Amino acid sequence: MEFSFLDQLWLARIPLVKGLGISVSISLLSIAVGTVLGVFVGLALVYGYRPVRWIVRGYTDFIRGTPVLVLVLASYYVLSTIGIDLGPFQAGVLALAVFCSSHVGELVRGALQSIPKGQTEAAKAIGLTFAQTFTYVLGPQALRQALPAWVNTAAEMVKASTLLSIIGVGELLLRTQEVISRTFMSLEFYFFAGFLYFAINYGIERFGRYVERKTAVPS
Amino acid sequence: MTYSLNFAAVWRSFDLLLQGLALSLGLALVAILAGCAIGMITAFGLVSRNALLRKPAGLYVTVIRNTPILVLVLFSYFALPELGLRLGKIESFVLTLAIYSGAYLAEVFRGGLIAIPPGQREAGLAIGLTEMQIRTSIIIPLMLRSVLPSLSSTMISLFKDTSLAAAIAVPELTFEARKINVESFRVIETWIVASCLYVATCSLLAALMRAVERRLAVPR
Repeated sequence: MEFSFLDQLWLARIPLVKGLGISVSISLLSIAVGTVLGVFVGLALVYGYRPVRWIVRGYTDFIRGTPVLVLVLASYYVLSTIGIDLGPFQAGVLALAVFCSSHVGELVRGALQSIPKGQTEAAKAIGLTFAQTFTYVLGPQALRQALPAWVNTAAEMVKASTLLSIIGVGELLLRTQEVISRTFMSLEFYFFAGFLYFAINYGIERFGRYVERKTAVPS
Repeated sequence: MTYSLNFAAVWRSFDLLLQGLALSLGLALVAILAGCAIGMITAFGLVSRNALLRKPAGLYVTVIRNTPILVLVLFSYFALPELGLRLGKIESFVLTLAIYSGAYLAEVFRGGLIAIPPGQREAGLAIGLTEMQIRTSIIIPLMLRSVLPSLSSTMISLFKDTSLAAAIAVPELTFEARKINVESFRVIETWIVASCLYVATCSLLAALMRAVERRLAVPR
């Protein structure tokens, strides 16, 4: 009996939907953890004492100079070697979060450094503490500056989530490959998976443009 | 638990890693050259007033930029043969990387093109150059110089993306590192050395591009 692509797609719906769910969880988790880490990285790069700044700079440069796939493989194999037993999911998310943190760190640094010095001086002049200056003056401006690029980073993370298929996390791409190995319909199913990723990222991209318009400084 | 670092196994296979690195660099080089050509043509399409050129160029850039590169790599190696296009591992990977980087470079070049003041083109017309001559001898050189920083960061991320060739068993740096890792069980050492090779190459590329930028900087 011959099965058409749509029949096969219907038969494979449950693993594919589960895979998509895992892809989304990987992306959301790594963006969330990476952003929190990245904000600290960015703050350390701008306000850290010199040795702290050097260490953090070394960290970001090293992470940014290493391919994400290498980070994923290293995290998976190295952590289990030194006795930290994480599953492939946790190790992969950790690697992506670390990758995300280095990008967010640079975003935050760039945003903070682009704020004119006069803003800090003005805040000092009216007697604000550093914490107050940050909450009321620098933070909001930096957020507006970094937000559009941060949305782009989010789209990068969705794309990077596919790399976890290589260490055996059952996300959308791995599930697709499994379906292909059963059905031999590589063209159709890769196209289908590619389309799903495209749809998600295109949505994020449009959202990023919207954010960019909304947060643009009126001139 | 104690784990003592022992790099002996990695050093024994170090020439494998270097061979892998050389292949990574080769893949990146061919892909960037082809990608620049694709990106340049696409960029002129993106800024064209003719919708028949602009729309397909925009579609290409949007589709490629929003699809994960691993999906593209697997698609071109495993699915293209079904369409009758059977390529070797290396060829199909370089093709994918060129098409992938072409989309990013198109955006880079587009930014450079729209930043060139229209007076430059008008000056070219005034001295009697044809549109093609204006492009090749005025617009493209000016544009290339202004996009150098973004070009160099695209090149570096392209070099890092060559690691994905490991997914289809092209013996580049990541693939070799994984092999050594499996054979020797010196997991930590292998990944330290492989990462350092990537980081060192990326810094070298960045320094090289900064030197080019300095040489070509607009004198003030």
